[in-house]
Amino acid sequence: METNIETSREHLEAMVLALSKRVDELEGRLPKDKLSMVVFSGDLDKVLASFVIATGAAAMGLEVTMFFTFWGLNAIRIKKDLGGKDLKEAMMALMSPSSSLDLQPSKLAFMGAGSVMLRQMMKDKDIASLEELMALARESGVRLVACGMSMDVMGVREDELAPDVEVGGVAMFVGEAQESKVSLFI
Amino acid sequence: MTTGNTIELDVRGAKCPMPIVKAKKALDALAPGDTLRVVATDKGSVLDFQGWAKTNKAAELVKQETASEGGTEVYVHYLTKKA
Repeated sequence: METNIETSREHLEAMVLALSKRVDELEGRLPKDKLSMVVFSGDLDKVLASFVIATGAAAMGLEVTMFFTFWGLNAIRIKKDLGGKDLKEAMMALMSPSSSLDLQPSKLAFMGAGSVMLRQMMKDKDIASLEELMALARESGVRLVACGMSMDVMGVREDELAPDVEVGGVAMFVGEAQESKVSLFI
Repeated sequence: MTTGNTIELDVRGAKCPMPIVKAKKALDALAPGDTLRVVATDKGSVLDFQGWAKTNKAAELVKQETASEGGTEVYVHYLTKKA
């Protein structure tokens, strides 16, 4: 009888220990007050939407990470430099916007007229411009990360991107996304 | 309401996301117990401040009112800074 009680007590203690270990581990995996997004598109309207969300979320107290990949890289570009690029990379650069100011909307682009019109309409209605939103995002601590693989594919060099942009890969994004309550692909 | 001061923030004319961005900035400068009275013309700000308050640990949305200012609807939000 005595030994029985002793064994079940030991058994219970072991169970409690194992459980508290699992709870600790689970707590570590709970999402934090973070928002992460992939900005794949380089369309003016979609990039605008992504920065509206980023600045809004930052104002709500979320830690925001924006991961720019493929066409999205053009949003955080500051220049085009053909030096050191092979023919295909140079052609790609020539056909790409050289900064956020050159982005075209996804619809009604009309060889550049669409972007002029959209920007003017936003200005008329006192809506913050893309560049204002980008400055605001930086001011509120939004992390801007460029996808290293896309940079390689498109031949975009680090010095063509804004100096505060970090370079990362999919694991960096998925790591952030796992900890985020909100995760988007734009 | 609370015992603190009430500070006015005019975001008339500002569009999403500026009302909440400006409110966040203004709240950062306030002391606990102070109330920020945000005056906006953006209709979306009504639901925006409700959403913002849901997750915000720094402030509480105490009250929202709609008023008319010379034919223009204004949306007033009262946010009290938490301790």
